[in-house]
Amino acid sequence: MDLILILEQGLNGLQFGLMLFLLAAGLTLVFGIMDMINLAHGSLYMIGAYLAALVLGSTGSFLLAVCGALAGTAAIGMLIEIGILRRLYARDHLSQVLATFALLLIANEAMRILFGSQSLALNPPEVLSGPVELLPGFLYPAYRLLIIAVGLAVALLLYLLVAKTRVGMLVRAGASNREMALAMGVNVKALFTAVFGVGAALCALAGAMLGPLLAVEVGMGESILILAFVVIVIGGIGSIRGALAGALIVGVVDTLGRTLLPMSLRAVLPPAVASNLGPSLASILIYVLMAGVLFWRPQGLFPARG
Amino acid sequence: MSRFIVALAALLLSVCPLHAAEKIKVGFLSTMSGPSAALGIDIRDGFALAMQQNGGKLGGLAAELVVGDDQQNADTGKQLIERLLKKDRVDFVTGIVFTNVMLAVAPAVFDAQTFLISANATPSQLSGEGCSPWFFSTSWQNDGAHEAAGKYIADKGYSSVVLIAPNYPAGKDALTGFKRFYKGTVIDEMYTKLGQLDYAAELAQVRAAKPQAVYIFLPGGMGVNFIKQYNAAGLNRSMVLVGPGFSADEDVIKAVGEPMAGMFNTAQWAHDLDNAQNKRFVADFRKQYGRTPTVYASQGYDAAQLIDAAVRGVKGKIEDKAALRKAFEAADFPSVRGDFAFNVNHVPIQNYYLRQVVKGADGKLTNKLVSTILTAHKDAYAAACKMK
Repeated sequence: MDLILILEQGLNGLQFGLMLFLLAAGLTLVFGIMDMINLAHGSLYMIGAYLAALVLGSTGSFLLAVCGALAGTAAIGMLIEIGILRRLYARDHLSQVLATFALLLIANEAMRILFGSQSLALNPPEVLSGPVELLPGFLYPAYRLLIIAVGLAVALLLYLLVAKTRVGMLVRAGASNREMALAMGVNVKALFTAVFGVGAALCALAGAMLGPLLAVEVGMGESILILAFVVIVIGGIGSIRGALAGALIVGVVDTLGRTLLPMSLRAVLPPAVASNLGPSLASILIYVLMAGVLFWRPQGLFPARG
Repeated sequence: MSRFIVALAALLLSVCPLHAAEKIKVGFLSTMSGPSAALGIDIRDGFALAMQQNGGKLGGLAAELVVGDDQQNADTGKQLIERLLKKDRVDFVTGIVFTNVMLAVAPAVFDAQTFLISANATPSQLSGEGCSPWFFSTSWQNDGAHEAAGKYIADKGYSSVVLIAPNYPAGKDALTGFKRFYKGTVIDEMYTKLGQLDYAAELAQVRAAKPQAVYIFLPGGMGVNFIKQYNAAGLNRSMVLVGPGFSADEDVIKAVGEPMAGMFNTAQWAHDLDNAQNKRFVADFRKQYGRTPTVYASQGYDAAQLIDAAVRGVKGKIEDKAALRKAFEAADFPSVRGDFAFNVNHVPIQNYYLRQVVKGADGKLTNKLVSTILTAHKDAYAAACKMK
C-alpha cells in the first residue's frame, strides 16, 4: 500500500465530503427547523451551476461567476420560500414531498427550455487547471485544493454563525424545539426565509464549485440530493455538526471504498470477477453505512433534539 | 356496414400486393441530452445531411425522420421504441448510440420484423451467436477500435497499461477487444459507473499503479471529464494516454482544448481519409453545420446511404423484406471510409487507422490520419454467427 495513494484518496474524500456538506447543511436546517422535506433542494444546486456557467460565459471571471450564482440562487430560493413553500409548512410530509417534487420537475424543464438539453461547459480558472506538487512525487490538482479550502472556510463560518451569533441561537432553538421557540416570540417567518436563503446560497456554491469537475446539466441535482439525504440521516436531522460529520464520513467511505474494495477483492478472487464485483459493492457501501446508523443510532450521530 | 368495410379492405389488400411505398419513415432513437448529447446529435446531423443531398429522399422515396431522445437510458429507450414501432409504424430504426440502449430495444425491433441499422453500438451479443437477420451495422463491431488500439500500444512497446471503461456491456467488449491484441502487462482494469463524471478515485489508483500507458474507453462527456482531470492531476507528465477515436474526436477536442494535443487514437474513419465521397461529406458537413464531423457523423451518414441504396435496390418495394435484406447485404453505396462490405454477421469488414490530435492549417486542434493499423479487419464473433 502506497502512502501517496492513501493521502490522495484522503484529500479526494475530503473534497467530496465538503461539497456534500454544503448541500446537506441547507437541507438539514430546512428539515430540522421547518420540519419540511424539500426535494427541490437539488434543483437549487442545479440552478446555481447554471447561473455560474451563464455568468462565466458572459464575463469570463470565475470569481464573478461564483458570486453571481450565490446571489442569484439565494434570491430565487427566498422567492420560492415566500411564494410557495411557506404555504406547505402546516401540511403533512406527503403534501410537501408532492409539491417539492413538482418544483423539481418544473425546474428541470425550465432549464431544458432556457439552456437546451446539452450540458454546458464550466471551466476552472486557467491558473488552477494544473497540478500542485504537495510532496515530492505527489501532484494534486490545484482546483480540488481550492474546493477543499472553500469548503473548510464555509464550514468554519457556518459553525461561528450557528454557535456564536444571535441568529444562530434562534436557529438552534428552532431546530431543537420549534413550538417553544414560537412561544418565546421568535419571528419565525423572517427566520425561515433567511435560513432558506442561506441554504440556497450554499447549494449554489456547491453547484458552481463542482460544475467544472462534473457537468452542468439538467437533472444533476437528483443524484447528489440522494447523497445529501443519506448524509443528514447519518449525521442527525437538524444538526450542522452532524451534517459535517456525516458528509465527511460519506465522502471518505465512498472514495476509499472505490479504491480499497476492488484491491482487496483482487487478492482473493480472479481479476475478472473482482473488477465486476468491486465497483458494485463500493457503490452500495454508503447505503450499508446508513442502514447501520439507522439500526444502532436511529436519531443519527449528532441529533439536534436532545 | 362494418362487414362491408372489412370486405373492402381485404379486397384492397389483395389487389395491390407489394406496391411500392410512397414514403418511408425512419425511427431515429438516439442520445441527445446530457453530457453525451453531442454523439446523438452528430449521428442525426450526418444522417440528415445524406438525406438532404438526396433532396430529402431515401432510395427515391420521400423520407421522414421520427426522432426520439433516449437520454442514454435503457428504460426510456424501451418506451420510445414501442411508440416508434406501434404508433409511428416506422419502416427502419437507426441512431442508437449506447450499447445498453441497443441491447434493451433490439429484441422489440426484431420481433416487429423491422430492420435495425446501427450507426454506432454493435455489441458482441448481436455479432456472434445472437446475430440477427434484421440487424445491420454501419459502424464497427464494439471491439474493433480497441483491438486496433491494443495492437498500436503493443507495437509501440509500452509494456504495462491500466485500462478504464464504463461498467456496461460495451465497456466489457472494449477491454476484451483491447486485450485480444495487447500481450503486455495489464496492471489494472477499472470499470467505472456509466456516466460517471468525477474520476478522482481512479486517477489516484492510476498514479499509484505507475503504468507506461493508460487506455480509456470513455465516450462522450465521460472522456471529456476524464482527460481534463487526468491533466489537472499532472499524470500526463509521467505516462501516455491513448483512447479509441471516441475519446479523442472533435466533440472531445472542442470541450477539452489544448491538453488534447498529441493524443493518439484509433478509428475506422478519419475526416482526412482520401476518397471522393469522404471529401464531399466533410466539405458539405462543414458548410451545413459549421464544424468538422466526428466518426459518429460519418456512421450516421453511411447509415442513411445504406438505407438509400437498399430501398433503391428493391425499387421502393420495402414490404418485400427478403429482397430488401439482400439489398442491404449487397451494401451498394459509396461509403465515406472507402470500400465497404458486410461480414456474415452484417458487421463491416474494414480498416482501422491511427489518428493523432494535432494543430490543423487554421491553428485549431483536429485529428490527423497517421497510419493504417488493421487492414480489412474481421471481428472475432462472426465465426459463431449462423445467420438464419
